[in-house]
Amino acid sequence: MKTRAERKKTLHEWLITLPPVAWLTLLFVIPTLIVFAITFKPVVPGTGDIGKGWTLTTFRSLGNPNYPAIVWRTLWISVMNTTLCTLLAVPAGYFIARLAPRARSAYMMLVIIPFWTSFLIRIFAWKTLLHPEGPIHGALAWLHLIDPQALLLYNAWTVLLVMVYTHLPFAILPVYAAAEKFDFRLLEAARDLGATPLRAFFAVFLPGIRRGLITAILVVLIPSLGSYVIPDLMGGPSGEMIGNKIAQRTFVDRNLPHASGLSALLTLAVLIPMAGALLLQNKRQPERMMTEDA
Amino acid sequence: MKHSRLPLNVTLFVLVFFYLPILVLVVNSFNAARFGSGWEGFTLMWYRKLLDQPNVWHALSNTLIIATGATLISMVLGTMSAFGLHRYTDALQKYHFFLIYTPLVIPEILMGMSLLLFFIALGMQLGLFTIFLAHVTFCISYVAMVVLGRLQDFDFSLVEAAQDLGATWWTTLWRVLLPLLMPGIISGGLLAFTLSIDDYVITFFVAGPGSSTLPLYIYSMIKHSKDMPIINALSTILLALTATTVFFSQHLTKETRT
Repeated sequence: MKTRAERKKTLHEWLITLPPVAWLTLLFVIPTLIVFAITFKPVVPGTGDIGKGWTLTTFRSLGNPNYPAIVWRTLWISVMNTTLCTLLAVPAGYFIARLAPRARSAYMMLVIIPFWTSFLIRIFAWKTLLHPEGPIHGALAWLHLIDPQALLLYNAWTVLLVMVYTHLPFAILPVYAAAEKFDFRLLEAARDLGATPLRAFFAVFLPGIRRGLITAILVVLIPSLGSYVIPDLMGGPSGEMIGNKIAQRTFVDRNLPHASGLSALLTLAVLIPMAGALLLQNKRQPERMMTEDA
Repeated sequence: MKHSRLPLNVTLFVLVFFYLPILVLVVNSFNAARFGSGWEGFTLMWYRKLLDQPNVWHALSNTLIIATGATLISMVLGTMSAFGLHRYTDALQKYHFFLIYTPLVIPEILMGMSLLLFFIALGMQLGLFTIFLAHVTFCISYVAMVVLGRLQDFDFSLVEAAQDLGATWWTTLWRVLLPLLMPGIISGGLLAFTLSIDDYVITFFVAGPGSSTLPLYIYSMIKHSKDMPIINALSTILLALTATTVFFSQHLTKETRT
């Protein structure tokens, strides 16, 4: 039997937790389950609406011969984007964390402003820069680095460039947050014990900010896999990703079950890195407790 | 000891990379040249043309209505969520944490697609109301994370003092905890507001006829590459608004930290 105080505590917990939990269960969990369910529904021909009964038609049509190329492109762009963002975020986070507090907050402000700036505007800025009549195209053609007829827009490389541009602040923030808590005297200790600066960086600093690194990789990789806006505006047909196919099946072909099938696949693809990160972070727990005891 | 100059150079490169495109865009919004390949004199022509665009005001008012509503509701729900997550640690809170954390990382297109199917399954008319519901859904997590951060730094001896002096749970909540946390809740709300104003993908999936928002409007202009200097002008105005919001939000952060 629970005491009166315990019952009251449970009541308070439910009162405060229920509204947000109910909202997100209704508008996040249930809709995600619907996506999986609709994958196995037939289409009413001509209208694109969802028919009655169950079918494996969509499931089989996901074997579409065009898909492997798009899946492959989605993967390589996402992995390259994550790698480039991490390679830039680690030195930047290291540098900012070692500054004096006042300079640190000034630099972080400069990193945060793009984070708040409209996503569409930042993409559009690149579209004007790379436009055939824009400044970069003009400069490169004048330097004879590109053919004046060449198109800088609408290919997979442009998609990658703009993805790094928009995702980089998301990678710097967690790396910086971890580096700020890192005890830099450990690097000096490693140097005193004879480690080269490079060795100290890789063997002491990187493991020390591991949690921030994992977060940075996760917050870049997962949204990259589902990119839609950047390939749609900057990619053209040779820069299409899975996200574009989902939107096409929904709005152009009006085939909701097919769009659901692709979304279900993407959901599963996104769960793999999330589960991986969770495992890595749980594995770290005992190790951390030991250092905290010491 | 001599430090490597690489981190400094990378940081400077990153900042130039961040700001150069935005700077070019702002300068070009005052440039008489159509494609910004050179400077052809100062003009406010693009701003005047922007004001003459027929649908821009309608899109702006839709955007503001949705953002205001979604911000208020997500501030309430997000704050409740942060309190629950901070105070209790049982199985319910594990599920609760999963619900708050997952929308922060999953691709927006998945949320847009699943909400579209949900609204269709319920037979709901797509429009401002469905956009509002969708925006609250992704804003809750951001507000909850910001408020949770503040709760972790919060001095709970103030709460204990109030309770020692005989205040009930409700009195403590309304008279001590909420007023002290208000700067955090407002800065969470400001984040929700900017995210809502800026959202394209989710809005695109759940919007109906006549419910165009500013991002939907800008997107179709970018997509068709028409009137690019007018988008420069519109972007410059939005950038100024964002900078003001960040300034206020940072100001709030500073006040609570000292």
